[in-house]
Amino acid sequence: MLSEIWIRRLLGTAAMVSTAAAFCILLVLVTLALPLFTAGGLGTVLSWQWLPFQGKFGILPMVVGSLLLSLGALAAATPLAVGLACFAQVLAPGWIKSPCLAVVHYMTSIPTVIYGFVSVFVLVPLMRQWFDRGTGFSLLTAMIALTLLILPTIVLVFQATLREVDRTARATCAALGFSKPSYIRHALLPLSRRGLLAAVILGFGRAVGDTLISLMLAGNAPMVPGSPLDAIRTLTAHIALVVATDSQSTFYHSVFASGVILFLIMILINLALRRLGGSFAP
Amino acid sequence: MMSKNGVSLLLAALALLLCNAPALAGDLDRFASLEGTLDIAGGTAHIPVMNEAAKRIMSFNPKIRITVAGGGTGIGVQKAGEGLVDIGNTGRPLSEEEVAKFGLQSFDFAIDGVAPIVHPENPVNGLTAQQIRDIFAGRITRWSAAGGPDAAIHVYGREEASGTHEVFWDKLLKKEPIVAGANIIQSNGAMKVAVSQDANAIGYMSIGHIDDTVKPLAVDGVTPSQETAVDGSYPVVRHLFMNTKGDPKPVARAFIDYILSAEGAGIISAAGYIPVR
Repeated sequence: MLSEIWIRRLLGTAAMVSTAAAFCILLVLVTLALPLFTAGGLGTVLSWQWLPFQGKFGILPMVVGSLLLSLGALAAATPLAVGLACFAQVLAPGWIKSPCLAVVHYMTSIPTVIYGFVSVFVLVPLMRQWFDRGTGFSLLTAMIALTLLILPTIVLVFQATLREVDRTARATCAALGFSKPSYIRHALLPLSRRGLLAAVILGFGRAVGDTLISLMLAGNAPMVPGSPLDAIRTLTAHIALVVATDSQSTFYHSVFASGVILFLIMILINLALRRLGGSFAP
Repeated sequence: MMSKNGVSLLLAALALLLCNAPALAGDLDRFASLEGTLDIAGGTAHIPVMNEAAKRIMSFNPKIRITVAGGGTGIGVQKAGEGLVDIGNTGRPLSEEEVAKFGLQSFDFAIDGVAPIVHPENPVNGLTAQQIRDIFAGRITRWSAAGGPDAAIHVYGREEASGTHEVFWDKLLKKEPIVAGANIIQSNGAMKVAVSQDANAIGYMSIGHIDDTVKPLAVDGVTPSQETAVDGSYPVVRHLFMNTKGDPKPVARAFIDYILSAEGAGIISAAGYIPVR
């Protein structure tokens, strides 16, 4: 009896600590970014030009960069992940299914820097050759690498739900005479959309939070891209670049503003996706 | 690329073994009675010098542990200022705010030139300062306009507060902003990789980091090198600093004195920089 109480307390503490940590981070970020909220500082940061030595500290191009890159990667990775997971769960014969999932499992454990490093030496020169425009360091290059990075996360989370749904629904649907494709289309996918939602949220979190891929591949030009072959700078790469070179000047504070905005983007997208998920619930 | 690196690393290791066999002392004697750890972080241009000095000191006296990390000039100031490392390296003098906030002491130890670089296969060997300004400002966008092949110029730059950027921007670009579409690279090493991979690239980096994979451009007829930086004919130079919070503790003191000693000067020259004394 006593031990049960202690387990409960331990778990409660763990939950409290992690929630409190997230709140503290937000609090610290807001405190550190506070100097910007006075004396027209906010207008300086929420503008379109980053020329710090001329007093222009705009980080809006980075907000656009972050959104374009992460939403683009998400848009490419989600259908791929759904296809891969459904194929592995329903259509694939056993001898393909397990190696296929093993590879996806393995992909989640490849460090981001490896994707970045290999892309610099392989993907970037290829992009430069294929398109004959720009340097190869571009929104599109980073998007391809990032798609590859978040794909396994989405597949694994989604597949966990699929497996459960499949276990309960398959026999019923087979008895009703569903073919495998129409089983996927009319039973499996609608029943596991909550799992898909969770997977997409997680994938988006990884995409928007990723620093190395964009830092190494996106070119880091602080501007709104005119085409997918232009360079972009994400908020995360901006933080990394500024922290690496500066420490005290006025524009150092723009780093904290970037942090706050990243935090807000995450919250907003989370809420939006949840609402979306709720709206097509039965 | 990797295997070549691997071989040269092996050779370097072997050479080091051979050199170190008869333990030459002298300037290293100051470490004889010391022990403890020394953490160094900051500017990426400093790393070759710091690593070599650390290696020699640790093989002379294994009771001293020295770690060397990069991060950049900003990280150097921040970490030294908050007492997270003993020595924070910067590729530029500290700003007044930085000195005022952290009470840092600076030790100037080397002069470094910053050179414009291109891909080794680029037929252009030199440009005028005005052409370089035009290229980085985006007024010249094709190599054919600068005596090269008919191809677009790919401009690579560094973040505004980088020490390397600051001197190049101040002394060669005359404080003109770099074209907005330029790729921004995060360190000297990454700049070398980016330019060595792109036949149409132009960038700039610390002379000490330049090797066969990239080609420095002559500016107004002067090829950037250690010699031309010393005699003043190549003007785009800066100083490299080590910084400590307040007075350095004994091991850090000994390390700084060692870098400033005759043997330290040898290490600095071998890394491609010019010792200040």
